[in-house]
Amino acid sequence: SAGSCHSVSSSGMAGADGDDSLYPIAVLIDELRNEDVQLRLNSIKKLSTIALALGVERTRTELLPFLTDTIYDEDEVLLALAEQLGNFTMLVGGPEYVHCLLPPLESLATVEETVVRDKAVESLRKISHEHSPVDLEVHFEPLVKRLASGDWFTSRTSACGLFSVCYPRVSSTVKAEIRQHFRNLCSDDTPMVRRAAASKLGEFAKVLELEYVKSDIISLFTALASDEQDSVRLLAVEACVSIATLLPQEDLETLVMPTLRQAAEDKSWRVRYMVADKFSELQKAVGPEITKNDLVPAFQNLLKDCEAEVRAAAANKVKEFCENLPEDSRETIIMTHILPCVKELVSDTNQHVKSALASVIMGLSTILGKDNTIEHLLPLFLAQLKDECPEVRLNIISNLDCVNEVIGIRQLSQSLLPAIVELAEDAKWRVRLAIIEYMPLLAGQLGVEFFDEKLNSLCMAWLVDHVYAIREAATCNLTKLVEKFGAEWAQNTIVPKVLGMANDPNYLHRMTTLFCINALSEACGQEITTKHMLPVVLKMSNDQVANVRFNVAKSLQKIGPVLDSNCLQTEVKPVLEKLAADQDIDVKYFAQEAISVLALA
Amino acid sequence: METPTKLPPSSPSSPTTGFSVPSAEKVDGFPRRSMRRARQRRSHSSSQFRYQSSQVELTPLPLLKDAPVAELHDLFCKKLQQCCVLFDFLDCVADLKGKEIKRAALNELVESVATSRGVLIEPLYPEAIKMISVNIFRTLPPSENPDFDPEEDEPTLEASWPHLQLVYEFFLRFLESPDFQPSMAKRYVDQKFVLQLLELFDSEDPREREYLKTILHRVYGKLLGLRAYIRKQINNIFLRFIYETEHFNGVAELLEILGSIINGFALPLKSEHKQFLVRVLIPLHTAKSLSIFHAQLAYCVVQFMEKDATVTEYIIRGLLKYWPKTCTQKEVMFLGEIEEILDVIEPSQFIRVQEPLFKQIAACISSPHFQVAERALYFWNNEYILSLIEENCQVILPLVFGTLYRVSKEHWNQTIVSLIYNVLKTFMEMNSKLFDDLTASYKVEKQKELKRERERAELWRSLEEQQERRLQSLGEASRNQKNLQEREKNSKNEPENSAANAT
Repeated sequence: SAGSCHSVSSSGMAGADGDDSLYPIAVLIDELRNEDVQLRLNSIKKLSTIALALGVERTRTELLPFLTDTIYDEDEVLLALAEQLGNFTMLVGGPEYVHCLLPPLESLATVEETVVRDKAVESLRKISHEHSPVDLEVHFEPLVKRLASGDWFTSRTSACGLFSVCYPRVSSTVKAEIRQHFRNLCSDDTPMVRRAAASKLGEFAKVLELEYVKSDIISLFTALASDEQDSVRLLAVEACVSIATLLPQEDLETLVMPTLRQAAEDKSWRVRYMVADKFSELQKAVGPEITKNDLVPAFQNLLKDCEAEVRAAAANKVKEFCENLPEDSRETIIMTHILPCVKELVSDTNQHVKSALASVIMGLSTILGKDNTIEHLLPLFLAQLKDECPEVRLNIISNLDCVNEVIGIRQLSQSLLPAIVELAEDAKWRVRLAIIEYMPLLAGQLGVEFFDEKLNSLCMAWLVDHVYAIREAATCNLTKLVEKFGAEWAQNTIVPKVLGMANDPNYLHRMTTLFCINALSEACGQEITTKHMLPVVLKMSNDQVANVRFNVAKSLQKIGPVLDSNCLQTEVKPVLEKLAADQDIDVKYFAQEAISVLALA
Repeated sequence: METPTKLPPSSPSSPTTGFSVPSAEKVDGFPRRSMRRARQRRSHSSSQFRYQSSQVELTPLPLLKDAPVAELHDLFCKKLQQCCVLFDFLDCVADLKGKEIKRAALNELVESVATSRGVLIEPLYPEAIKMISVNIFRTLPPSENPDFDPEEDEPTLEASWPHLQLVYEFFLRFLESPDFQPSMAKRYVDQKFVLQLLELFDSEDPREREYLKTILHRVYGKLLGLRAYIRKQINNIFLRFIYETEHFNGVAELLEILGSIINGFALPLKSEHKQFLVRVLIPLHTAKSLSIFHAQLAYCVVQFMEKDATVTEYIIRGLLKYWPKTCTQKEVMFLGEIEEILDVIEPSQFIRVQEPLFKQIAACISSPHFQVAERALYFWNNEYILSLIEENCQVILPLVFGTLYRVSKEHWNQTIVSLIYNVLKTFMEMNSKLFDDLTASYKVEKQKELKRERERAELWRSLEEQQERRLQSLGEASRNQKNLQEREKNSKNEPENSAANAT
């Protein structure tokens, strides 16, 4: 056929074998048109296979036009197509022909569905780098212009993401046009487009020459930051970080700060929230002097904001903000300006605020040093440890290591204990689960003595919790404790209690014994396992509950590697053989599995 | 000229029930969210207070009704100014006296504007609009419940409602007053004002949205210059809702207003309106929270069809494009809307869409979820739809026959099976010849289908093999090329060696 003639001539790869003609494009296109969406989707996902079968020339001349003209499909299919085309450069014949991919991607960049459009833009950005500077001006840039002046908002929105990839590589005339298009979109009629432009403002600023940052970007930034819609204004805050980084220090005060100050006091909490959320980045971008003069009071206001959402976002940044303060005045600023606000947040009415604070407040102790921590922070930690909201207490406990380094945990232990006990018995199992996870850390910091005296009984109590997830976590916790305190400690404190549960009337508790043994045998070593654990396991093979019996088989499989071969042959093998003849099908199954894994057959 | 028809004449204080959507029928009998619901509280919130810098002490003014006519306007104006003072309602005991004075003043203003003629003179317009703006325009507070589900959760109520309600009432009476002069109002009720009014529709408080709905409808009706702008901004709100945030509390209310606006559209439909249908109303069906505003949305869609039958095809094809894939509850809603559409469809339009439509209906009939199958099968109980099916039996029966035949043998639910038997019986009576032919060829068709399936698998298998071979040969080619280059390099460096290699 004519098609195959073309492809042979086009490139070396198509010449490899001449069987293209086996697949007339019609067959493949039929696949792309199948009635069943799922089949269409599968075909599109394998579009590269089709392209490869067609060869580069027919891909360019037949497949791509088909995709451009006739595909009006479900968004899911379009999404897959948009993604595929981003990786198509080689399949159309390399960078030289990459512009062939622009028409289908252009129409995908105008569809309604956001995910499809975003993917098309992502692919366009990707292939923009594969264009030569000439092709960029001849093919790519006109596409961006068409999108930027499209009728419907979707194409203009997509254009916003494409300016920054072509700007650095085009002539100065074209650059001027691109800047003009971007300016237009920043003052577009529809808020959707202004939002897209605002969200790309920072990125665009980065590729502009400094003179244009000062002349163009700043005025756009100022305009977007005072947009009538708060959803646009808050995006300008994000751009503020990039813009401030680009400008020399001496220009910040006049060009950026008035807008930033205004944003920090915006009447919409969403904008203030954004300022709080980006505070560390802003702080780094504007430098120490402006931080001292402007950001400190702004931060104080955010910590005292009337909207809890904003206070919580600011509270989250307390540690980072303090850390990044200029060293010469750090302590003074914290002590006189930040700490008073922090103190108030400790008794905030909103639990999210308190819990955000609790997740970072301990970090202040390393910054302020031992004396200040004891005098000023400790009372706050203690207050938070007594907070009514379990999340606050948990956040404090989970960050104990920071305090431990500065003042040692002993200072806290008296208050810590009641807090831990209360969390350990919290009605919500997720809270109990969370505190279990901190046990090994606490044990390490509080030492074995304190642990045995105060916490050990809690750890054992969790083993008989009525929620499986807690029992499981408690089992895992024991292993970590043994790793910390050693086998001897295990033998004296834990093992007897664990083994005691083997006689519990509740089969769930008997199974917990087995789970603990599974977890502990390796950490405890061969001696303890053989002497103390194995007999109990073997004895449980007579349990009347089948679940216990097949867990015996599983346990034997698990602890087998710890035992010596003599013991395996004489003690384990007979029991497994007995279980392999059990009347319960599951017991049989697991016994046989254990026999084969331990090679006892 | 477009004339919006009247909304159901509802005083917002007695909320209408006309459009209330039955709270999602629980399909499985399980409560959808368990523990968290147990202690929902009706919370109050307000972002309003913060911007009041210094609190002013209010002193009661003389009553309007006692005022001499000469001083009436002056006093009215003073009362409006007094009502611009905002109070902290989160602290319910703060400044009780001041709150009471403002409440009384608002009450008087409402009554005066509603009952006495000649009060609304021009200088009062800016004062009234200012008072309304100061009170109602605010950034709505963050939702106390981040995953607020309007079907399940109690909404957060506006704490300052005792004052806010009276301000809204005043605004409404102001707009409805026989003295109201649009030509004077339009200077103050401008685009910026309307934009802020629209943003308030996101309020979680249903009482507030109810007032806003009536008020916006009045504004649309009286201030003609703002109509296009209002429609455009509603579009923007919907587009943001569909494609960006998926969150906006007032969709149902805005659709209700639009329902009556569409009704007043002039014919032929402007392309702006068609675009609104295709690019906004139809995509609204994709929203996760469709159940909250589906009744209003379906009403708007049907309104469009009744205005201009030529949009039918856009509508049906749009719905088919966005047909829910996994949410059966939404599927049932779509089927309900399709039935509403079919109820008023023109036979000539029906023919244009019957093919894709009945493919989808067949897919619904074979849904393992019996409510979906049942809803689709109910179409055959609708006389008008049945008559359309009968007229086009030659096309429709072959489309659905295979499904009906198969599902009648396979479905787990007996109700569905017996409904299908009824449908099959209906078809048999409609066209027994065609029915017999299809029954006879059913097995052959199945076989053909299987064959096509095998051929497809074969095609893809060989394509992939070929790809494998090509990638291999490509890899080889590039290796060869590399070797060649290296050899060339070597030969430049060590001419003797390469000569040895070559031999």
